[in-house]
Amino acid sequence: MVELSSNFLFAAFILYLVGILFFGGAIKDKRHADKKNTPNKWAKIGLVVTIVGFLSQLTFFILRWIASGHAPVSNLFEFTTFFGMSLVGAFIVIYFMYKTPLLGLFTLPVAALIIAYGSMFPREVTPLIPALQSYWLHIHVTTTAIGQAILAISFAAGLIYLVRSVDQTKKTKSTLWLEVVLFGLISTLGFVFVSSFFAATDYSANFNYINKDGQPATEEYTIPALVGPHQFELTDKDRFEPLFETPAIISAKKLNTVIWSLAAGIVLYVLLRAILRKRVAAALQPWTKNINMDLVDEIGYRSVLIGFPVFTLGGLIFAMIWAQIAWTRFWGWDPKEVWALITWLFYAAFLHLRLSKGWHGEKSAWLAVIGFIIIMFNLVAVNLVIAGLHSYAGS
Amino acid sequence: MNEVKCECGHINPQGTILCESCGRVLEDKEKEKQLVDMRYEGSARRSQTYNKTIIDKIWNFFSSVKVGVWLIIILLVASSLGTIFPQEMYIPPVMPAWEYYEEQYGWLGKLYYDLGFHNLYSSWWYLLLIAALGISLVIASLDRVVPLYRSLKNQRVSRHESFLKRQRMFSTSDAVLTDEAVGKIKENLTKKRYKLREENGDILAEKNRFSRWGPYVNHLGLIIFLIGGMLRFVPGMYVDEILWLREGETKAIPGTEGRYYLENNQFIFEVYDKDKDEEVFQDAINKAGTVVKNYQTDATLYQRQGEIVPGEKPELEKIRDQAIQVNKPLKIDGFALYQVDYKLDEMSKMAFKLENKETGDQFGDVTVDLYDPEMKYDLGKGYKVEVMSYFPDFEFNEDGEPATKSRIPNNPAFIFKMFTPENTEGEVSFVAIRQNLEPLGENDYKMTFAGIETKNVTALTVRKDHTLWIIGLGGLIFMIGVIQGAYWNHRRVWLRRINNQVWTAAHTNKNWHGLKRELEDVFSDSGIAAPEDQVAEEKKE
Repeated sequence: MVELSSNFLFAAFILYLVGILFFGGAIKDKRHADKKNTPNKWAKIGLVVTIVGFLSQLTFFILRWIASGHAPVSNLFEFTTFFGMSLVGAFIVIYFMYKTPLLGLFTLPVAALIIAYGSMFPREVTPLIPALQSYWLHIHVTTTAIGQAILAISFAAGLIYLVRSVDQTKKTKSTLWLEVVLFGLISTLGFVFVSSFFAATDYSANFNYINKDGQPATEEYTIPALVGPHQFELTDKDRFEPLFETPAIISAKKLNTVIWSLAAGIVLYVLLRAILRKRVAAALQPWTKNINMDLVDEIGYRSVLIGFPVFTLGGLIFAMIWAQIAWTRFWGWDPKEVWALITWLFYAAFLHLRLSKGWHGEKSAWLAVIGFIIIMFNLVAVNLVIAGLHSYAGS
Repeated sequence: MNEVKCECGHINPQGTILCESCGRVLEDKEKEKQLVDMRYEGSARRSQTYNKTIIDKIWNFFSSVKVGVWLIIILLVASSLGTIFPQEMYIPPVMPAWEYYEEQYGWLGKLYYDLGFHNLYSSWWYLLLIAALGISLVIASLDRVVPLYRSLKNQRVSRHESFLKRQRMFSTSDAVLTDEAVGKIKENLTKKRYKLREENGDILAEKNRFSRWGPYVNHLGLIIFLIGGMLRFVPGMYVDEILWLREGETKAIPGTEGRYYLENNQFIFEVYDKDKDEEVFQDAINKAGTVVKNYQTDATLYQRQGEIVPGEKPELEKIRDQAIQVNKPLKIDGFALYQVDYKLDEMSKMAFKLENKETGDQFGDVTVDLYDPEMKYDLGKGYKVEVMSYFPDFEFNEDGEPATKSRIPNNPAFIFKMFTPENTEGEVSFVAIRQNLEPLGENDYKMTFAGIETKNVTALTVRKDHTLWIIGLGGLIFMIGVIQGAYWNHRRVWLRRINNQVWTAAHTNKNWHGLKRELEDVFSDSGIAAPEDQVAEEKKE
């Protein structure tokens, strides 16, 4: 059943990619450009494909739930794919409100990227440790993910706004930072490519090393080690010999993955620039030229307004209730808790700046981008780098 | 207090920008603007009116949204600093904190410690920041909610021309307002759940005014939440104790003043078994090695009967048996007992045999209860063993003397005196794990180790938190407020007949796009122009 469910996830992933093509077609199709507010045929097909993809992923989710006996949101793979699914779900809802195919063209790639990213982590069905054995697992984690996904829609809207509004005829700070944001997305793609490639070739290199407590330990690399662990010794033959060694306090394996992802990102980015012969954002700009800027701004704001209460409920209130039951206290300054608070404070600042200080348009769009970076930081870095009570069995 | 009388006759508080009743612009500065600032209905906010005394200045400082946002940002950055390295409460208590940070994280760790970031969230400056934010919440809310309430309550149906034409959504039509058209518009508005008020043939349609109170309701919730957090420091509101309980042991539950007792019948520690548990978990178990399935204390709860008599054993009445697991605390009378820690196989009894070193003959068993050892063991026929000293957690102290680190039998050691028919004065033997010393010279007999018994120990956190309901109430009110403010929009539509023209204007506190679509529906087929967005027009030009 787990294998069957995985097929549905894969189908959903492909359908999202197909959906992107249709939404792209919807933008490029000039015949209906004059008819406002009525999505053309391409957009309608794109939406149907997206919904079918969403249902397929929902099937994956339900089958996996049945197979494991608990909601599949208990490890990094499960949570991240659920987050991707929520993002698609949030997009579908927002699409029915505003009917903008362009939002699909920006949201679906992000969702697909998130799902692909999550699939790079161990996909086994993990049994629940005692702290997770509670119905609050389903309630807290799903609500939080849905809240974050709705907030992430504002990132897609913000990105559209920036691609459209930032002047690409001259080099400015805005063009630079926009490229940095896009490079971040491209590096994630780089990570997916690198991980998939070496997983397909079954690469494995084992090391003996001395860990931070001064004890001998072993580590298995699944991608070639550019950096090796502290005082490493490669135990496999014919494997790539690391170029550097890290101090014991740094996890060499994770650093190695980051370096590979960035390197792959740079290669992809340079290739793109060479093909496009302009900034990536500049290449995207023509796609956004027919969009109503006020509408995009409104979508971004609206998604924060809708997502903020949901996130508060799932990420703070339900989280506190469960923490009181499982960990004896509703708040303990665990890194994940702190970063949920930071996310919440950030969006609170966003709303105050918008409501009272009149931060609309470009400023608001930049804030939405920063907000998404904070959410991703909490998902990725806090789990993998700053270990705490929430650290999943990721690798 | 000075007051401002508007031409329409309404008396406004000093500092009012737009007349509460008719909306006429009262401030000269505002008259120059093409659109009026509708954020707080042009009401008289204290912070915008007075700035003389020190109290005014403090009030104005904290009522500013700019200051509020800065406080949020500073708090946000400060909070993130505390996650760079673990807080002191999460580091293993194996060495002093300063040493740990320096050893683990080098000079950065030392700096972290020196700056006090290892206890950042209870530092005076962090608490001060939260307090400042709390004050800002109160003052900023009061500064706005009272005048806003007055304005919305006193608003008249027929607003002044200068008010209408300075609305973002505004239009005029050179049309006669027929009864039919009015009827149609009114019907449409009612369909959209607007509440209608009419005066001299003018119309004010309004809906969801309550959404304007959302921000103030959620701020109130936050204040209650923060007060709840503060109450933790009031004695008696909060109990945080730990109860270590060995299997078979019964102890008073700390914090209950001896009213409740708990017995640990058994502590269970289970891991997932790849053969017995669901097949679907096999891969994960193979990979991880051990995955814990359950921590459980089978406990019996007792209540003491009668008064406490010092020195006397309490009379206990059983209340119930309960299994305490993670996520399933035992609750009694406002107290909750949580499964938080354990120790498997703690030594509870140690058995020895008295043995003649030469012949190997053994003379009876000595079983020592490590928690509460008996001091004399008579083995009969003139054989006797006395415990001269007992060190439950043996070490040599700084002076090289045998000592005990704690009362927990982690490393028990004994000094025995062995009495035998040959040595009626007794021989002294020092026995520890894998050690057998004869400090006072060669002995004829020795104590031979004959086995140990172990018990599991459970650790339960005992918690009482009378602040929980206040914190919960604060959270609930916050959620209500934030939903109220976020999911509804306060909208108004004005319709006035002025000199053979029909003027329409509309306002919403947010989501202008939605308002525009709504207005298109409302005014369609009425012959009257729907209010148009003057901001968007400007942009086009």
